[in-house]
Amino acid sequence: MARLTKEERKVSIMTKALELFSKEGFYQTTMPSIAEKIGMSVGNLYNYFTSKEMLAKDLILYIANILGEEIRKINESPLNTKEKIEAIVHMYFKIAQERPETIEYFLRVYLSNREVFQNCCEGMICVSAFVTELMIFFEEGVRSGELKDQEFFSAFGLFMGYLGGMVFINGEKILPKPLESYESSISDNIYNALKSN
Amino acid sequence: MNPPSAITSTMPSNPTKLKIIWLQGITCNGNTHSFLNDPLLGTLLDEVEFIHHPILPAQKTLKEVVKKIPKSDILIFEGAYSASFERAGVPMETLLLALASKTKHIIAMGSCASFGGIFKEGAPEHISGILFDKEQESGPLRSMREKVITLSGCPAHPKWLSFVIDMIVSGKTIAVDEYRRPKALYSYLVHNGCLRNEYFEWKVDSDHFGTKEGCLFYAQGCQGPMTHGSCNKILWNEVSSKTRAGTPCVGCTEPTFPKSNLFSTKTYMSIPSEMPLGIPKRSYLALAGAAKSFHIKRLEERLIDDNA
Repeated sequence: MARLTKEERKVSIMTKALELFSKEGFYQTTMPSIAEKIGMSVGNLYNYFTSKEMLAKDLILYIANILGEEIRKINESPLNTKEKIEAIVHMYFKIAQERPETIEYFLRVYLSNREVFQNCCEGMICVSAFVTELMIFFEEGVRSGELKDQEFFSAFGLFMGYLGGMVFINGEKILPKPLESYESSISDNIYNALKSN
Repeated sequence: MNPPSAITSTMPSNPTKLKIIWLQGITCNGNTHSFLNDPLLGTLLDEVEFIHHPILPAQKTLKEVVKKIPKSDILIFEGAYSASFERAGVPMETLLLALASKTKHIIAMGSCASFGGIFKEGAPEHISGILFDKEQESGPLRSMREKVITLSGCPAHPKWLSFVIDMIVSGKTIAVDEYRRPKALYSYLVHNGCLRNEYFEWKVDSDHFGTKEGCLFYAQGCQGPMTHGSCNKILWNEVSSKTRAGTPCVGCTEPTFPKSNLFSTKTYMSIPSEMPLGIPKRSYLALAGAAKSFHIKRLEERLIDDNA
């Protein structure tokens, strides 16, 4: 079997670390516990990531890139804005179901432990890939006349706060129905709130 | 044996002064005023002579020019073109073409002569530049396009004109862009050399006109990052430029001039509708988002704070 390259090995470590971080939280997860889960020595783990903070930063970049890439595909598709909203909601909930550690990490580690990231992920630096695609989505929606013009963050908060909140509630096992059954009504709500008059 | 050198063959064998005719179409005289502000005007006038100029002392009045169309080395046309607009009782469609056919070089002086400019707004279907009508090369001198040099600007800088005249006097080839503007003057953007570039890089915006601090692109409508011109390289009155003085570039050298709402930036969901020239939206937004994530105290303070 071919040996993994260093980059492939890093992704493999991040995948395992992501599970631990999203389940145990940032402070409960330690470099030794990550090393143990992977089956490598702690010393070797430090060859790939110089600190837990650096690993945490690479993880948020990794997740932002995954989400950004998905939204980019939607942005570049021939869908109209209403259909794009449906596609983004569907994509976000699908990732939340199939790779729950991704969204969990974003909500429970990145957003909940800002002190960890304040020196390496100022502002939107580490989530730029994701936010940039949403900027393009909104800008094109207004330019085409489908969305009303407003401050970017008013619209951004409405859209992503809503989705993040739903995934969070779902994670708490509060929702009476499966997450995907809300896709259509949530997409309608977002579109109705953002559409031009 | 060959002639001594190619260089000498391009020099005028007879050191007589270049003969210029300055003709005005529909104009505010702005380019004449600009020309008179050239600090080296005296030196320039040693090299050229005006067969006719509407303000400077000249050999002939326009009425005399019209009676017998003289040959010239350079025809400078200031103002917008309208076929029926008359000077000295002759409609421009006759006068301009007659003078143009008897000259070696033609300079469209200013944005109106270049593309139609401000005056085109009054009657868009009848008014144009002499070679271009906005972006379209459909002006009356299109059959002589190779003779035309475009010096767009509202007004054109006097040194841009003296540069072109000097190039013609010394027999050099002037490299031009798609609108026949000299590349030496118009391959730069107004953004290049702007003293506010550091504010642009770090996305620190200016809230007001006339201040020394802040970038005018995001809120004040500055078109410096998408306008070709050397306003921040060849300074106005040798000391300043619009953006240095704290007012936005209005994009006056481009065929799209004048746009509407010149002093505010059109945005869609807080994102500028027009990107800096050649910069993909995705790249700009990623970089702008990163820059906005940092607060650079020095750039947020007054440069000179009287109350400090």
